[in-house]
Amino acid sequence: MTRYSAWSLLRAGLSGQKNWAPAWRDASPKAGYDAVVIGGGGHGLATAYYLARVHGLRNVALLERGWIGGGNTGRNTTVIRSNYFFPESTRFYDFALGLYEGLSSELNYNIMFSRRGMWMLAHDRHGVEMLRRSANAMLRNGAAVEMHDGEEVRRRIPGLNPDPRFPVIAGLLQPRGGTARHDAVAWGYARGADALGVDIIQNCEVLGFDIAGGRVRGVKTSRGDIACDRIGMAVAGHSSVMAQLAGFRLPITSYALQAFVSEPMKPVLDTIVLAPATGVYVSQSDKGELVFGGALDLFPSYAQRGSLPALEQAVAGLIDMFPQFSRVRMLRQWAGIVDVVHDSTPILGESPVDGLYLNCGWGTGGFKAIPAGGYCLAHQIATGTPHPLAAAFSLDRFRTGALIDEAAASGIAH
Amino acid sequence: MLLIDCPWCGPRSEHEFRCGGESHIARPGPPENVADGEWADYLFYRTNPKGEHLERWLHRFGCGRWFNIARNTVDHRITAIYGMTDPKPEPRA
Amino acid sequence: MSGARCDGGHAIDRSRPVNFRWAGRDYAGFAGDTLASALLANGVRLFGRSFKYHRPRGVIAAGLDEPNAIVQLETGANTIPNLKAPYVELYEGLNAAPVNAWPSLEFDLMAVNGLFKRFIPAAFYYKTFMWPNWLLFEPAIRKAAGLGRAPEQADPDSYAQASARCDVLVVGGGLAGLAAALEHGRAGRSVLIVTGGAHWGGRLAGGADVIEGANADAWIARALAELAALPNVTLRNRTLATGSYDHGLVSLCERLTDHLPLAARRGPRQKLWRVRAGRIILATGAFERPLVFSNNDVPGVMLAGAALAYRRRHGVLAARNPVIATNNDSAWAAAFELADAGATIAAIADARPAPPEHLVAEAKRRGIAVFTGSAPEKAFGGKGVHAVAIAALDGAGRLTGAAQRIACDGVLMSGGWSPAVHLHSQSGGKLALDPALQSFVPQSLSGAPSLGAAAGDFSIANTLATARGAGAKIANDPVRPLWSISRGDDPHADAWVDLQNDVTAGDVALAARENFRSVEHLKRYTTLGMASDQGKTSNVNGIGILSDLLGRPIPEIGTTRFRPPYDPVTLGVFAGHRIGDGLHARRRLALAAAHEAAGAKMEEYGGWMRPVAYPRAGESEDEAIAREVLAVRNAVGLFEASPLGKIEVKGPDAARLLDRIYVNTVSTLKPGRCRYGLMLDENGTIFDDGIVTRLAEDHFLVGTTSGHAVTVAERLEEWLQCEWIDLEVVTQDVTGCWAVLNIAGPLARTVLEGIESDIDFGREAFPHMTHREGRLAGLEARIARVSFSGELSYEIAVPWRDAARLWDALLQAGAPHGLSLFGIEALMTLRIEKGFLHVGSETDGATQPQDVGFAGALAAKKSDHVGRRSTSRPDSVRDGRRQLVGIAMADGRPVEPGAHIVRPGAEGEIGSDGWITSAAWSPTLSAPVALAMIDGGFARLGEDVRVWNLGQWREARVVEPCRYDPQGARLNV
Repeated sequence: MTRYSAWSLLRAGLSGQKNWAPAWRDASPKAGYDAVVIGGGGHGLATAYYLARVHGLRNVALLERGWIGGGNTGRNTTVIRSNYFFPESTRFYDFALGLYEGLSSELNYNIMFSRRGMWMLAHDRHGVEMLRRSANAMLRNGAAVEMHDGEEVRRRIPGLNPDPRFPVIAGLLQPRGGTARHDAVAWGYARGADALGVDIIQNCEVLGFDIAGGRVRGVKTSRGDIACDRIGMAVAGHSSVMAQLAGFRLPITSYALQAFVSEPMKPVLDTIVLAPATGVYVSQSDKGELVFGGALDLFPSYAQRGSLPALEQAVAGLIDMFPQFSRVRMLRQWAGIVDVVHDSTPILGESPVDGLYLNCGWGTGGFKAIPAGGYCLAHQIATGTPHPLAAAFSLDRFRTGALIDEAAASGIAH
Repeated sequence: MLLIDCPWCGPRSEHEFRCGGESHIARPGPPENVADGEWADYLFYRTNPKGEHLERWLHRFGCGRWFNIARNTVDHRITAIYGMTDPKPEPRA
Repeated sequence: MSGARCDGGHAIDRSRPVNFRWAGRDYAGFAGDTLASALLANGVRLFGRSFKYHRPRGVIAAGLDEPNAIVQLETGANTIPNLKAPYVELYEGLNAAPVNAWPSLEFDLMAVNGLFKRFIPAAFYYKTFMWPNWLLFEPAIRKAAGLGRAPEQADPDSYAQASARCDVLVVGGGLAGLAAALEHGRAGRSVLIVTGGAHWGGRLAGGADVIEGANADAWIARALAELAALPNVTLRNRTLATGSYDHGLVSLCERLTDHLPLAARRGPRQKLWRVRAGRIILATGAFERPLVFSNNDVPGVMLAGAALAYRRRHGVLAARNPVIATNNDSAWAAAFELADAGATIAAIADARPAPPEHLVAEAKRRGIAVFTGSAPEKAFGGKGVHAVAIAALDGAGRLTGAAQRIACDGVLMSGGWSPAVHLHSQSGGKLALDPALQSFVPQSLSGAPSLGAAAGDFSIANTLATARGAGAKIANDPVRPLWSISRGDDPHADAWVDLQNDVTAGDVALAARENFRSVEHLKRYTTLGMASDQGKTSNVNGIGILSDLLGRPIPEIGTTRFRPPYDPVTLGVFAGHRIGDGLHARRRLALAAAHEAAGAKMEEYGGWMRPVAYPRAGESEDEAIAREVLAVRNAVGLFEASPLGKIEVKGPDAARLLDRIYVNTVSTLKPGRCRYGLMLDENGTIFDDGIVTRLAEDHFLVGTTSGHAVTVAERLEEWLQCEWIDLEVVTQDVTGCWAVLNIAGPLARTVLEGIESDIDFGREAFPHMTHREGRLAGLEARIARVSFSGELSYEIAVPWRDAARLWDALLQAGAPHGLSLFGIEALMTLRIEKGFLHVGSETDGATQPQDVGFAGALAAKKSDHVGRRSTSRPDSVRDGRRQLVGIAMADGRPVEPGAHIVRPGAEGEIGSDGWITSAAWSPTLSAPVALAMIDGGFARLGEDVRVWNLGQWREARVVEPCRYDPQGARLNV
């Protein structure tokens, strides 16, 4: 693997940028592997990387139907934060945040993790009480947050509407929150996994599973059958489709979540702001685009495309926060397909089929979890037991009722 | 934006409706005869097909009636609209 | 100086000069000019600086495919960043400036980036800026990025939205669109035809083509006149189709006032149209592709079709002495027409070894030098091109032999034409490669056919025939594909593909070398096609270069997805009326004016503007609340409770339905009596609570919390219509029909007895938890003796219109007894003193009845109800669930709701035992009162705990939730 640095760029500059090696090999599938990861998004690639790096498994294949990073990893608003309500969630997302903070250096790939802070606003008395409840939960769970009154929020976020429809009474800041370059996360993990010997196989669609006696024996793909008795699936958005191939159902419904970017502009917003009243959140990318999103489209969908109603609502919410953006123009809209579960908490661990493990149910927040989701799925695949950080996220909670209802508890959409 | 042909009011824009999710889910009971797993299945587990989905919608800002539709979840094409007590339509690709 | 005005120009009015300002200097153009045409006419070539390397750039296109000439229009509140100069209509006083150049366009300090270009190719930032971390470098990168500046003031303009239906929507006002509109309009169908620009006729207007025997302008004028005369046809110019969405919905953005001087603008600035059409005809035209050769970004290098458009529309020669470089016929025609308008064509270079004879002959006749089988190798010039090198191509399309340098003031290029397939593709239409055009053309799409150049048909006759349903198969002369022009196999690192994002052919090669070979990877890695022109000039060239590099055919490479909008759209137009109160209506109480007159402080609670309290002069809010609470405890208070949900449930099966809805049994209730009930969702979570009243054997009034009236009404209907369809019940939400006043306090009965009524308010005649209908102060009234304050209390409902009369009657009768108005915070204090549950404060998405003291109700219920099964799951019956308790603060000071509760000794551990759900200062007890949900709370009464709030620790004790009149004696007075 060519090590990336300012020096390597300088050298390459003198030789016309000709000496770069592929960031990862295009591998062809072998007849069998020690472990197979289905899904070439951030979670799948991270899983493959940690299988190799943490667990020493090198005979690993990652199967991707299209091109890596092409699902939700490449279609989100890149927000990373760990300001959750319940300890199980905060611990898990805080672990992810910690890995993110060291990821560029670990992978020798600049994922541009930008610690610009994330604000959640409160609009009325009840909202302030709920925000304080969340702030204290986060502090008790070890996530550093600050609570400020409306005046301080407006001082810290220049340009915030002084007289919005939904007043800003208070704000909760997680200074460690931020954004990252989403594609780079996928590519960095791919390059890292490839360097450790993982076969990254693109254009390889999973068509079915070889299951005998309730145990997985292999996977059938568009590029041939692969024998393997330890398989992890990380195909959020399409988890139900994959589960159906393995003969079971999941407590998941797929919805389209849209995101929008404006034309690029000089820096005007140096943080991330979420207004719970409208569900709209916005940040400005390093390229200068306003990146914003809002609520889900309201019916089940596998269509990765935008629609007008969600766009109109999101823009209206954005303009309530920042009325000066009304004259700015929208450049693009798109949608990702997200796994929605009842309690807004992921599913990580065993499936009804032995040897087939789940990483799904991320709702609208899968990107921020990528390092931890991959780390824990790798642990599950390698050891056959759940990682302690993910133990509460088992599928069994839907039977026992031990749900971890983040959205309902904090009043904040996840 | 979907255009939904309400059986009572005719074609109206998505704005007027609310999707109630998968239809034809039988409520198990009485409670003392329902196992935890069966109850979880009823509450949470869904077919979630990539393709034709039988789902119920409410004409919320209209007649206030619930009805069923068959809708493709990939291209959102609606292939059947039928009443709550009507039988399921023939499946389509 | 290069460009100049020539004759012609169908769009401009030479009798109306227009003064404008560009980059701080004053210029003049004509009405009908665009900013780009007027600047070109004034000889301006330098329009901007590129995104990354800050290279000097000129205009290359004549429409919204323009990647370079990006401007900041106007200043202050009216400013708009990133507009495309060829699409900005000139108006008197227009003031525009380039973006991304500092201190000036002529001298841009960031141009130093260009010197380091070889070291900072595409995606270089993924490989560096990692030590010590990205945060060190990011601020400088951010400052350098971005194009224009965001407005800093609120938008002074308004935006409109509308919906429209028609039989046929024709997108595009060129020949194809006009012909299609005529065809359908004559057939009597309702037709809406839109064009994005100001003018009709597309590329043909102002030209020399002959259409059905007429000169092009005459044909267009005749078509427009006929369409305008048809009552079933609507024409809208300045109306751009921006997106195609589900079920055939097309969004249009109409620019209503952008072309007018600022002072002359009235009404909405732009309008969003949502159009549903039976049939959508896509006559969106085609985009010309640049040629990718070294220094092809020097100002003065321009699309040949754009030069022709400036000549036809605006009477402007973009160059007076240009070289034409092409791989197809279209640029030859442009050359001849420009020559006719006064340009001296320095040379024509065609990549094809044998262009059509008649073209070569015509060039020779005009004395124009012709280079066949040749292509431009390099443009020379800094802020304006002054020469171009032309060299021969070998059979593989590589430059060979010596180049000839030709002096010129412009290079007009054509790399072929790509149909504008955006809307087709957004509609779900498939694309195929046309081998003659070397571009993607739409495959037939039912209900939304493409026509004319948008379908890859560049023949006037065939387009007209197709519009009339009699077209032949399209036959185009083949272009010579020439994706990037260089001497070796390696694409040139100074040959630009995406001009706005500064992506070169060399960058595409770098991406391929590093295995970013999927077209989506190429796009994301190099940012090719992601600029504000959405890759209109660059996408196909990028795909072509990748195809050459990988040795794989173009169809195998495919395209990236076409995402709306077609061109950037003003955000305000999507918001429309949804600004301020239009975003979310504030609901006003029946007596809103009376509360305001009485000095109430109003705030929004659950969508309703409600009185917080009624502070008197010199009184703080807390003091007012305390006074109001004591008034209710000691005398009598009046509170408007109109938002309380009221749902009528009637029918022979009404009781059966409500037994299935409530945790509590409802069927045993006697008519005229009330019962408190809890509703769950199927997951066993407390969803709502309230008073249910049996008005008659078959008739109930379901009371809900203020925030949940609509949702509860909808859920009842959902159960009735979808699950229990055999039940004979009707429901009606009557919340907005009845205004409700709550009179509470020990003197409440005395006050009511002072008002004329046919109802006996006597203690025995009208006991607690009963309901009476009758007349009060001459008004029809429904009165329930129920209490959320713990005092003697009546909720009096009268028709909404009668609220003020009831209010007056109560105030008048109450005055002698010291009746006091009280607001919602006093009510909350009263209920917290009593330990009464408030759904949404004490309860969350995990709270079940047994957690808040209703295990008995669950056990007593003999039949199934919504959510019942969920309350017996393993997690529902485990020990240690969070349970409702009271919290007494040791220091006697109030506690903040949202503070957390921690076991002594566990301060250093992660997590907490629960949290304060509600808290208030109790003036009744002269002590703070609080409710909390804590783990295993029922068993912890009397336990000392610690309270954590934002880093502060305090001491407290777990107590019973009810702190006042636990026996309820005051309810039964």
